[in-house]
Amino acid sequence: MLVGSLAILVLAGFVGFTVISKVPNTLHTPLMSGTNAIHGIVLLGGLIVLGLGVEGVLNKILLVIAIAFGTINVVGGFLVTDRMLSMFKAKKPEDGGDK
Amino acid sequence: MTTFIAVLYIISFALFIYGLMGLTGPRTAVRGNWIAAVGMVIAVIATLLTPGMGNWLLIALGVAIGVVVGVPSARKVKMTAMPQMVALFNGVGGGAVALIAWVEFRTTEGYAHEPAYVAIASLFAAIVGSVSFWGSNIAFGKLQELIAGRPITLGKLQQPVNALVLIAAIVLAVVIALGGDAELLMIGLLVAAGVLGVVVVLPIGGADMPVVISLLNALTGLSAAAMGLALDNTALIVAGMIVGASGSILTNLMAKAMNRSIPAIVAGGFGGGTAVSSGGSGEVRPVRSTSASDTAIQMAYANKVVVVPGYGMAVAQAQHVVREMAKLLEAKGITVAYAIHPVAGRMPGHMNVLLAEADVPYEQLKEMDEINSEFAQTDVALVIGANDVTNPAAETDPGSPIYGMPILKVNHSRSVIVLKRGMSSGFAGIDNELFYDAKTSMLFGDAKSSVGEIVEELKAL
Repeated sequence: MLVGSLAILVLAGFVGFTVISKVPNTLHTPLMSGTNAIHGIVLLGGLIVLGLGVEGVLNKILLVIAIAFGTINVVGGFLVTDRMLSMFKAKKPEDGGDK
Repeated sequence: MTTFIAVLYIISFALFIYGLMGLTGPRTAVRGNWIAAVGMVIAVIATLLTPGMGNWLLIALGVAIGVVVGVPSARKVKMTAMPQMVALFNGVGGGAVALIAWVEFRTTEGYAHEPAYVAIASLFAAIVGSVSFWGSNIAFGKLQELIAGRPITLGKLQQPVNALVLIAAIVLAVVIALGGDAELLMIGLLVAAGVLGVVVVLPIGGADMPVVISLLNALTGLSAAAMGLALDNTALIVAGMIVGASGSILTNLMAKAMNRSIPAIVAGGFGGGTAVSSGGSGEVRPVRSTSASDTAIQMAYANKVVVVPGYGMAVAQAQHVVREMAKLLEAKGITVAYAIHPVAGRMPGHMNVLLAEADVPYEQLKEMDEINSEFAQTDVALVIGANDVTNPAAETDPGSPIYGMPILKVNHSRSVIVLKRGMSSGFAGIDNELFYDAKTSMLFGDAKSSVGEIVEELKAL
């Protein structure tokens, strides 16, 4: 199981390198924001640990906070990225597509 | 059911990767972002389908809090405040990882009964998550100007303190891994890592901030991947690792653009205060100042004008009025381009985002390598609130702290007009030779009102 997980880890790293290294400079801020949203996947960790049952009030409070944090990361991250990117949307060619 | 969940996870990775590929081009980027978001929704749904899930009310509560806090802040944030918003979102992600690791410790009564790799991965996640949370909050505080942007250092004690806190965190991790099950050990570890995040980010100056945020972004990704190993969750491993890899590339790229090494940035020092220009400091040298009407006339008779935006334009929110000025110039048949330095502003691409907000055509934004060869044919270079990225000392003065940093060769153009609030230095805290160049005139004032005056003058011409 561990070896399988490590294999996935290494391969995912290479996928990250190859996909990202092609991004033009101009999109780096949105890209940082987009990858930032993706690591909000930690939300799943909170869901699993809380959903499969924990005892104790403090544990539950901590996990609710963790889920809230993860959700902020995901929802906020994707929305902010979208706001940035929507500014890059292909402009209607002004005055007959001058260049 | 577990197979079904695994299949959903695989679909969500494919969507993450496909979405990120979409982010590589301006035309596909918006869609790419939403594809990744759909991947996230699928991953969440798959997780909720896990057999034996419960505590639905608490889960709903956590998600609801997250949505109520996250959505409005993402909607309302100004484009200039984007870097600190990203820092904050990054921080809460790291915080979530640290909290989960802490709860895991509490529920398993120490990691001694777990396989070694689970203990190591969880401890790594706890340390890195906590560093990322506190570091990001400090970065947010600095960019939001809640804390002084200038480096706050402990002087000679800085390195020993950093090392001490790091060693403390590692020692606590080793003790826990070897079977220490007292909760104070875990709290101590989280606190030590948090202090490490604070002491590492505090001494870093404003100019290095983007690199730090990117580094913390990569770290949060790695901590998520480690958490995935500990929880045996492939979605966390894949998504976390992709972010870790991409963040590392981006961090390296930014550091390179500033001719800085990542270790040097993390060790602190540069970025203001102590740095002094080697040549000609101390003497007061004359600068030529100009007026908005002279600037307007000078540009109106040019063939080619290159706008060089910097953080000053962002602060003054001058991008819309700059666009208006460019339109007036284009109406007179003048070629207008924008020279974008990779680290102008506070994040790579910061200027692109702002100018795109003002509807500047994408084709007019020129990257550094492309525009540098064009300055020789440029009649007027209009520098709006940019400083260090135009400083010729980076090419000519080996004693300068920014020597070797690639710059926009603004001084190659026939004339230069610098819009600036005053003669203060940039984030690197050094004098800019460009301002004393015979070709340079200074137009003092707030960028937005200065450009506004130029627009009025251009209309009157």
